[in-house]
Amino acid sequence: MLTLRMKSSLCWSWRIVLLVFWSARSVWAFEPAGSSAHGTNIFNPASTPAKSIADLSVFVLVITGIIFVVVFVLLIYSVVRFRARPMDAGREPAQVYGSMQIELAWTIIPILIVVVLFLATARVIHAIQDASEPAGAIDVIAIGHQYWWEFRYPKLGIVTANELHIPVSDASHTTPTFLQLLSADTDHSFWVPELAGKTDLIPNHPNRMWMDPQRTGIFFGQCAQYCGTQHAKMLLRVSVDRADDFTAWVRAQQKPAVEDAGAIAGRRVFERNACMNCHQVGGTPADGRFGPDLTHLMSRATIAAGAAENTHDNLRLWIQNPSAIKPGSLMPAMKLSDADLDAVVSYMETLH
Amino acid sequence: MASDAITVPVGQTEARPWVDELHQWVTTVDHKRLGILYIVSSLLFLVVGGVEALIIRIQLMHSHNNFVSPEVFNRMFTMHGTTMIFFVAMPVLFGFANYLVPLMIGARDMAFPRLNAFSFWLSLLGGLLLYFSFLGGSGLYGAGNAPDVGWWSYAPLGSRAFSPGHSSDYWTLALLVSGFGSIGTAVNIIATILCLRCPGMKINRMPLLVWMYLVMAGMVLLAITPLSAAQIMLLIDRYLGGHFFDTQAGGSAVLWMHFFWIFGHPEVYVLIIPCFAFMSEIIPVFSRKPIFGYPVMVAATVCIAFVSMSVWAHHMFTIGMNSYANSFFTLTTMAVGVPTGIKIFNWIGTMWGGRIQFKTAMLFSIGFLFQFLIAGLTGIMMAASPFDWQLSLSYFVVAHFHYVIVGGILFALFAAFYYWYPKMTGRMLSERLGQWHFWLFFIGFHLTFDVMHIPGILGMPRRIYTYEPGRGWDTLNFIISIGAFIQALAIIVFVANLIISYFKGAPAGNDPWDAWTLEWSTSSPPPAYNFAMVPTVASRRPLWDLKHPEDPDSRYE
Repeated sequence: MLTLRMKSSLCWSWRIVLLVFWSARSVWAFEPAGSSAHGTNIFNPASTPAKSIADLSVFVLVITGIIFVVVFVLLIYSVVRFRARPMDAGREPAQVYGSMQIELAWTIIPILIVVVLFLATARVIHAIQDASEPAGAIDVIAIGHQYWWEFRYPKLGIVTANELHIPVSDASHTTPTFLQLLSADTDHSFWVPELAGKTDLIPNHPNRMWMDPQRTGIFFGQCAQYCGTQHAKMLLRVSVDRADDFTAWVRAQQKPAVEDAGAIAGRRVFERNACMNCHQVGGTPADGRFGPDLTHLMSRATIAAGAAENTHDNLRLWIQNPSAIKPGSLMPAMKLSDADLDAVVSYMETLH
Repeated sequence: MASDAITVPVGQTEARPWVDELHQWVTTVDHKRLGILYIVSSLLFLVVGGVEALIIRIQLMHSHNNFVSPEVFNRMFTMHGTTMIFFVAMPVLFGFANYLVPLMIGARDMAFPRLNAFSFWLSLLGGLLLYFSFLGGSGLYGAGNAPDVGWWSYAPLGSRAFSPGHSSDYWTLALLVSGFGSIGTAVNIIATILCLRCPGMKINRMPLLVWMYLVMAGMVLLAITPLSAAQIMLLIDRYLGGHFFDTQAGGSAVLWMHFFWIFGHPEVYVLIIPCFAFMSEIIPVFSRKPIFGYPVMVAATVCIAFVSMSVWAHHMFTIGMNSYANSFFTLTTMAVGVPTGIKIFNWIGTMWGGRIQFKTAMLFSIGFLFQFLIAGLTGIMMAASPFDWQLSLSYFVVAHFHYVIVGGILFALFAAFYYWYPKMTGRMLSERLGQWHFWLFFIGFHLTFDVMHIPGILGMPRRIYTYEPGRGWDTLNFIISIGAFIQALAIIVFVANLIISYFKGAPAGNDPWDAWTLEWSTSSPPPAYNFAMVPTVASRRPLWDLKHPEDPDSRYE
């Protein structure tokens, strides 16, 4: 089974530490307008892998916390108690060379602690890494590109970018998502802290991870493995949808691009220039794979891997000069005339 | 026992013209001069690497800051990491080894003085090569200058496809060249310790510093060689059409990671073991007691050396190793905490029942114990690989290893400076400036690196030149940056102390700390030949025996 049960005796300490982090959260963490957007706090898990990790983390924190307090008190005590005083000027203290009993004690106790920590950890490693994929699971192939994410749903025939949509997985209807992680160029790392720990996307080395979010909403994350100039703006968002919303989204994404006669001028510009060599628009000759698929561009809230909101002005600026938003982006500035630029932007805006 | 100092006849100390003096320094094969050259050159690189850190911190002061471009920022963290590890930490520790090991074992020089000089100049050449990249790096139009691939230069980012021009080549050559220097010095340290000990200094009577440098040098041989091999393979990939790390041609990015970290993790211990060595000399002297559990300290050091050779893949928990590999490296990594813990307990055991004198060197040592304890415990957290799936590659890791390298290694180094500067220069460092230095650095350090753990927990990845507002990272980063400037201020006080005390410091005499090891039996600074007569020792603390003939250590060992 996917869920991992920790001992209930841990629960109270878990709650105390959680309380501390929670109060820290209220000061520092991100709660944007609307309760549906989530922050990036690793102690606010919304999915089984992240939850098991947070539970284990609290266990490790409590043990290391106890060790810290004990050693710290010993250190402070010896510093204060055994400081040199004026009255013992000139005299040396008793010369003690060691004690085998004491050495044995502080060797064996740490060994026992290590054994306990290791067993608790190994259990979580196994529970997360060796979980088998249930029949109803959603399959996604995530491909890291220099500074953006490609998401392919092989069973559903969908290709999208940067904003991953997955269904919520509640007790009534468990639909975990299993990701296969690939890279088209350098190393990347898929990290959405509240859903799962990170796993790298390494060329020529396919990886796997899974998550079963139990809350709906937008979860934020970003590339965690340094991948080049714009590593910082390789942002990532996961939209966890209710089951019916997800189905609706899938249906919309499976359609080819909307054909809008009013945008034909912009489409001509798009297909006459190099745009179509890198971008795909389903149902048209544009079938490039170097850049994000644009078939349903308008269904996404952001452009440039989350670097900007998907608005008219941003879209125009991005096409005109990508470096203005994301210096180092691999998309070239196409040097379009103002008329062509407006036309292509209006074409983009028809791609719902 | 040659405790009486050598008085140099007046005629030999007259001022020489500076060209003559410079020539002497450049051509020297004296272990003490080479030690000082190592130390001074790494201090220069420390300042350069520190300026790079400040540039990073200014850029990250608030979200969407535009102080530097992403390209420059990426160069800064690459150069900062490479500089601090390879051209500050390694050479400064070799510098202390060079200076102290022969003196502490009663030898007149290192075993291979010419190899010693050769190794130093290779290391320095490596550092200069790295910085020459700023001028010579852009081999292609549009290619950058200094390397920007991170100090691990993960494949395939370091390949020609993703790193055109010559910037990565300078990085590779710098590490290769200085790596040969490190290997040379390591061979030299081992040979010196095994062959040049003075009469009576059996291997179980060596000062702990010498023991630990012996272990450290052995680890350098094992750790630097795979790094050098990997650099050669990378050069073959880049220039001779090899495909070791070329993922487009079936090469393996993971292979590079293994090569790098089988160097990289032992390297951490290569750096920290000499710091254990400093602690094991300084804490006893200022607690006025012998080290608690000498044989156990030696055993723990050797144990760390062995275990730390099998922990490297804990840097790779996120790369998708299978659950058995992850479990194995979790276990070995946690296990290394046991001998390390034993050391901390032994240092506290040494202070226990002592009469602790809070000289600046001791303050830095206590700071070391406190911070190294925390660094070890955050290390245990990340050894739990699932926890590491969250913490790895985040600012938590950055905070953790700076806790080790700054809170541990740099604090220990400062302690070593305050302790041995009188021996090296004949003058005491100012205690007043020392107190300022300690407290400023202590406050700045904790402001920066305590706070830095939190953005990691809140999901901030490392190596990003800017970040989104509203994630709760702004205030924290601002505080971190303020701390960085306080540390910079402390470094200025330290450098001022080094310079002012060199000219105006109180004369040190042979043995200002009433210490027990052989280097304090000769004059400060020692003459070129170290000891007029090679000393003979009968215990681990020869000067204790000399000062307390009624109750010598030799009676108990």
